[in-house]
Amino acid sequence: MHTNIDTHRIVSICEDTLETPNVKTLIFQDNLSFKAKPGQFLMVWIPGVEELPMSVMVSNTNDNAAITVKKYGIGSTALFQKKKGDVIGIRGPYGNYFRVSKKQKKVILIGGGTGLVPLMRLSVILNKMQISCTLIIGARSKPEILFYNFAKKILQNTKHKIIVTTEDGSFGIKGYPTDALIKILEHDKFDMAYTCGPELMMKKVYDISISYDLSLQASLERYMKCGVGICASCCINDKLVCTDGTVFNNKELKMMTDFGLIYRNKSGIKSHY
Amino acid sequence: MKRSTKDILAVNLAGISLDNPLILASGFLGISQEIFTRLYHEFEVGAIVSKSISLNPMEGYRGPTVVPLENFNFLNAVGLSNPGSDSFSNEIKNNDVPLLVSLVGSQENEFPKLIKKFDKLCILGYEVNLSCPHVAKMGMEVGDDIELVYRIIKRIKSVTTKPVIIKIGIGNTNIVKIAEIAQDAGANAITAINTIRAMKIDIKTERPILSNKFGGLSGKAIKPIGIRSVYEISKNLNIPVVGCGGIFSWEDVIEYMLAGSSAVQIGSSIGYLGMSVFKEIKKGIMDYIKKKDLKNIMEIIGNAHKY
Ligand SMILES: Cc1cc2nc3c(=O)[nH]c(=O)nc-3n(C[C@H](O)[C@H](O)[C@H](O)COP(=O)(O)O)c2cc1C
Ligand code: FES
Repeated sequence: MHTNIDTHRIVSICEDTLETPNVKTLIFQDNLSFKAKPGQFLMVWIPGVEELPMSVMVSNTNDNAAITVKKYGIGSTALFQKKKGDVIGIRGPYGNYFRVSKKQKKVILIGGGTGLVPLMRLSVILNKMQISCTLIIGARSKPEILFYNFAKKILQNTKHKIIVTTEDGSFGIKGYPTDALIKILEHDKFDMAYTCGPELMMKKVYDISISYDLSLQASLERYMKCGVGICASCCINDKLVCTDGTVFNNKELKMMTDFGLIYRNKSGIKSHY
Repeated sequence: MKRSTKDILAVNLAGISLDNPLILASGFLGISQEIFTRLYHEFEVGAIVSKSISLNPMEGYRGPTVVPLENFNFLNAVGLSNPGSDSFSNEIKNNDVPLLVSLVGSQENEFPKLIKKFDKLCILGYEVNLSCPHVAKMGMEVGDDIELVYRIIKRIKSVTTKPVIIKIGIGNTNIVKIAEIAQDAGANAITAINTIRAMKIDIKTERPILSNKFGGLSGKAIKPIGIRSVYEISKNLNIPVVGCGGIFSWEDVIEYMLAGSSAVQIGSSIGYLGMSVFKEIKKGIMDYIKKKDLKNIMEIIGNAHKY
């Protein structure tokens, strides 16, 4: 068995599931990633194409792990096209993770797009600990809704509520997940909020958490070359998303003045969202 | 008499005074001023060398660009990706930590232009990267051409009064020979070594993992080569040498200093031990100095040459 998280492990995909027309989950056998905590990521090598950071998804069976990829650039499109029997290389899991404490009785999760991946892994834990959970799933339109039925299943043993928002109103509430969040916070309180998704959405969630005095943990996604804290391609202010994160709390986010505003491009030049 | 940490660990390098001899190697975390500030204040680095900066921005190669290997080594072919001189000089315009700017170029006339962008800023000086092993027409391909090396250094020295450190590595030309040429041309110090050209093939897919196929090896494996290089260079030259390659512990630093290093650079170990490696090594050196009852760490520089 492989015990070194840093060297590439070549794994063969044993199952692929199309989640939406542009999003696919790939399942493979790997004990180290099976044990990953919610918010941790793998560096995924698509042989001959690219290496990309991917949050670890839930897999149903022991010793299996999964990633969920959205077709976007060259690398993610090549990964999206992988199917049962194809091989990829992985290293990791890397980074810190969402913290859950027994003191939390009631939490809220806000996810957009593939940002729902670490929230699914978190939901498994919330379900086990029987923490009451409200999950907001944000999507552009009905066909792009991710993990609606899956979330129902993995939250079945705990009190839960799942709310879907679509930008075009084709399903659930019309608008952004943050619109739904504000509505809920008008009449309800939570011990902790967890979010992952596009940075601009998370920035909005952060702003809302400040006005409603809500504790927050956000799992950030940035361009990553090394994943192990040496290249600084993932930096936000003086923090590295790969090793100081991916998860940051309100206090840390408050100090990150670039959060939701500035990222570094491939050359390392500061660019605006 | 009680001596402060500052006195015991302070070193002098080509006219530059450093709090301690531990320098961040080029290419590690080297693009963000806020990270430089954190490294200096939170992790107590003696100095920082920036990522190698070229005149214009470079995107670098496609991934994978950094491959962690067995036994605490890395193979990388980042492709000298960097924000370029305009963006980087803006990044460090308010710098107040001990910073050396690493410069890279393929032609002699690029260097005076680079110096112009940085010479008025608050920096300690320059390190010139003549040894990156995986980018065509840059780094090692320049470093192997001794006439070009001589001309580039002469040119740089004619446009700046700041200290200029030349970073060399293991290429086709004897490292002592290049170091001597650099000294003759007016270099103020030598950094040795850079990564060594290497390769990793995955046996299941039968493919090289790096998108560039070839890259530079760093980490524990290259330390004995670094030690040998520093020893030979410092034996033959009068200017100070900065040792680099595979430093993970205080013992490694002591070994480099015995070989003749006036200061050392640390890179790959950050990927395995985190930024706190600087503080841990510093503590180890302090204990060593106390045990040995030295007045200053500089007393051990080159001691291995006695034998
Ligand atoms: C990812 C990476 C990027 C690097 N980039 C540069 C660079 O831009 N300029 C340079 O002179 N050296 C660069 N190096 C070489 C290091 O500065 C150093 O010489 C080498 O890694 C050996 O030291 P180490 O074993 O402590 O890492 C890089 C090394 C790595 C691993
Ligand atoms: S990805 Fe390289 S430092 Fe984070």
